[in-house]
Amino acid sequence: MGRLAFFLPVSGFIVLALLLWRGLFLDPKELPSMLIDKPMPEFQLPTVDGDTISNANLPDQIFLLNVWGSYCLPCLVEHPTFMRLSEEGEIPVIGVNYKDQSELARSWLETNGNPFAFSIEDSNGRFGIDLGVYGAPETYLVDSEGVIRYRHVSVLDERVWAEEFLPAIAELRAEDI
Amino acid sequence: MSLAVASFSLSTAARWAFLFLACSASLPVIYAQVDTFEFQTEEQQQRFRQLSDELRCPMCQNTNLTGSSGGVAEDLRREIHRMIMEGMTNEEIEQFMFERYGDFIFYKPRLRMETLFLWFGPLIFLVIGGAAAFVISRRAQQKERKASELDDAQREKLQALLKAQG
Repeated sequence: MGRLAFFLPVSGFIVLALLLWRGLFLDPKELPSMLIDKPMPEFQLPTVDGDTISNANLPDQIFLLNVWGSYCLPCLVEHPTFMRLSEEGEIPVIGVNYKDQSELARSWLETNGNPFAFSIEDSNGRFGIDLGVYGAPETYLVDSEGVIRYRHVSVLDERVWAEEFLPAIAELRAEDI
Repeated sequence: MSLAVASFSLSTAARWAFLFLACSASLPVIYAQVDTFEFQTEEQQQRFRQLSDELRCPMCQNTNLTGSSGGVAEDLRREIHRMIMEGMTNEEIEQFMFERYGDFIFYKPRLRMETLFLWFGPLIFLVIGGAAAFVISRRAQQKERKASELDDAQREKLQALLKAQG
């Protein structure tokens, strides 16, 4: 009884301390997405080049949906990764030009290069609300059925690509076979 | 003397006038963010205020939609206005927000399996802490009582002493 009375509070303290310690390193900006395992929201919107597109224009294979804007500095940081992915043909990348102006978006793509098959123009952020977006950059992994399977908030650099996306994609490809 | 009084009251009046001007100039600025939307009834406006006060801006972590100037907060206020004007109820609007942004959007999260610990966790800790405090204080009491009681040898000694005293 004496031992229990000593070890119970001490172990309780250690568990709580470990939990709080871990909490120090969690990113409070990373909110769980409500759209995981839900289909892409319905849309019919112009691209930044002026074509009208809808869900039917989405690739029927696994693809990335990257929310970006010409005003968004972190988007420049992750841009080389998307350029590499599209140049090497590793995975199709669709852009969502979030709360931007199409002229600015077009000149941004001209200056920095265009890794996107096309960029959906979401000038008023309404499509972003349906996606649960709260700021660029965000990247979604969508499977061949058009179902959202993974979301990454903030910069997707080579490290995030290797550590988060490659395993997630491998899992999806294994499902498809 | 009278000159001094006059100048005093003049400067007070000027100060009040300045204060009044400052207030009347800044008030419309403070409320401008809310009042850019037009409503048909007072009740609709009331609901708009209430909803944007109670919903949290997803981007800025600890500001409600009313107080946030973030892009997403602006869009969500616009959506709330649209939904109110379309005749949706508060529950429907909250459901709309929940489906997109989850529990985070509510300052007062819904009672669900995932939020049970959030709601009742503090109660569990209170019960554990209360039980520990109760046990500790009872034990201390028992110890005290034991310490003040005499064993047989001590009692005999006490009797002997009392007898010797007379």
